[in-house]
Amino acid sequence: MPIAQRLANGNGMLEVRRSEEGLELELTGEWRALRFGEIEAALATIDLAGTRRVQISTSRLAELDLSGAWRLHCFIEKARSAGREVAFKSAPPDQLRLVEQTLKGQSPPCSQQKPKVPLSLLEELELPAMRSLTLLGQRAVLNVRDVVSDLAFLGRMSVTFARALTRWRRLRPISIARHVYDTGITAIPIVSLIAFLISVIIAYMSAQQLRNFGAVIFVVDLVTIGVLRELGVLLTSIIVAGRSGSAFAAELGSMKLNEEVDALYATGVDPYEILVLPRVLGLVIALPLLTIVADIIGLAGGALLCRVLLDIPLTQYFTRVQLAITATTFWVGIIKAPVFAMLIAMAGSHRGMQVRDSSRELGRLTTLAVVQAIFMVIFADAIFAVLFLEMGI
Amino acid sequence: MIYPILEVIGLVNRFGNQLVHDGLSMEVRTDEVFGIVGGSGTGKSVLLRSILGLQRPQAGIIRITGRDITRMSSSQLSEVKARYGVTFQQGALYSALTVRENVQLPMIEHVEMDPEARDELAMLKIRLTGLPADAADKYPSQLSGGMIKRAALARALALDPQLLFLDEPTSGLDPISAAEFDELILYLQKELHLTVVMITHDLDSIFRTCNRVGVIVDRHMEVDTLEGIVNNPHPWIQAYFHGERARLHLEHHGA
Repeated sequence: MPIAQRLANGNGMLEVRRSEEGLELELTGEWRALRFGEIEAALATIDLAGTRRVQISTSRLAELDLSGAWRLHCFIEKARSAGREVAFKSAPPDQLRLVEQTLKGQSPPCSQQKPKVPLSLLEELELPAMRSLTLLGQRAVLNVRDVVSDLAFLGRMSVTFARALTRWRRLRPISIARHVYDTGITAIPIVSLIAFLISVIIAYMSAQQLRNFGAVIFVVDLVTIGVLRELGVLLTSIIVAGRSGSAFAAELGSMKLNEEVDALYATGVDPYEILVLPRVLGLVIALPLLTIVADIIGLAGGALLCRVLLDIPLTQYFTRVQLAITATTFWVGIIKAPVFAMLIAMAGSHRGMQVRDSSRELGRLTTLAVVQAIFMVIFADAIFAVLFLEMGI
Repeated sequence: MIYPILEVIGLVNRFGNQLVHDGLSMEVRTDEVFGIVGGSGTGKSVLLRSILGLQRPQAGIIRITGRDITRMSSSQLSEVKARYGVTFQQGALYSALTVRENVQLPMIEHVEMDPEARDELAMLKIRLTGLPADAADKYPSQLSGGMIKRAALARALALDPQLLFLDEPTSGLDPISAAEFDELILYLQKELHLTVVMITHDLDSIFRTCNRVGVIVDRHMEVDTLEGIVNNPHPWIQAYFHGERARLHLEHHGA
């Protein structure tokens, strides 16, 4: 009588007995997907060396699901390909048959048998250099395409705008008003706060320096010109780019994903006319107004700080403001606002309309919209600065 | 052994003044296909959301494999969730992931497994639902409506659940694809010993697949076998099962 020798107890999933006839595996417990790790570990303890026959018994198996059956199938295939004889004590479980049926026509897909194909020497040498070159080329082509598509968008916007001008109703005044509210009115608190803080920062810093020369009164000039010409409009634009540029991109992008934009096309409504144009025009109206708010709050902040910190009385502050500004100071700042608004709205809308297929695209393009909007605002501001210098304003 | 794998007792769901369910009870037995039917706005989806633990009901007990999920901590709930699979109406596949990655996601979350085994196992599930192998590396936006339903089913089967919830599995499919999908569900139900709970409007689908049917009427549920429910005297149920379209089925089934 062969002495059955109990070799291992594979953590409750498996009992292994080695007899003269071969290996006897008794599957126990729950062979479920959720215990896949334990199944793997149990099967890994089996040593097939020195046996010819493997006999599997499933009578004590509490549960066998498809993942468990698949793992068993892999084990059996591996044993068979190593020249072992595998048999079941009773009928093989149904689940195993299902796995085999499903995989029929395919070589055993066992994870162990996948030798990596080594690369040839040439490929290995060429790969990094080639890859970076390819990448460079791809990026270049993509960038050119991007510029072309930006121009196409601009052209399309202009055409839509021109067409809308022929009929008042096509300008969608109600929609524009909504966007003025969303991008302008609701932004007033944060824009005011930032304008106030910025003027405080300028006044505080310049006061420290100018005090050395006994020229504290010029703090007023710095705050006034700084806020009116540059900082009021620039910071407002950057805040709006973050708030509304991203909102435009996300709104239009999710509408694209929901096929709402396609639905508009299908009903014969131009999405550029009903979605993009009101956003652009709304922001073109809202941003100059916001800039005026920022200017006022900025000057007020300067006045407060001068009064409290530098003991400049309010009357003197305002006389000094009158002296500091020329007729153009305010307009130089405000004239930039509609241009910045166009840039922000177009970046947001265009990126939003480019969203396709997946939510990841939505995130990527929304980020891109904000980054590009801020970049373009600052870039345009630089051009304005040079332009105004040349014009002597 | 027949024991209720899913049991709902006295469920109450209320939104503001609107009472959606008032003492709704049902039980689903192992190895059956249970259909949930109801008019629009009767709270089929709310019922499903309550059962899935996506929404806490005002009152009532919901037991899945004998354990009450309304009084569970989130970690216990996550354990139960690994035991059932769900497909949603629109598929709800993750649009940023390929079909294969969609199927792998539940495995990554719940099971320790080496990536290659996971790959193979995901492929097995994809083939099991009748998708061609090249669909595995496509994104959801590249799939047809029928393929999305199958991919969603493959994802629901990722962890080999015993219990499968299907929310309108055949909606938006043409009758032939719908019939094929029903066949697939029946095949999987038989082979994998699944218990299937499906919400559906599709009469063809109900007559083809369901053993028992629960109809939501007047904020509670009438549960019976297919033959029994057809003869239920409630006017809405009569109208539903004896409308123009249903008559054909009844003649065919001889009920």
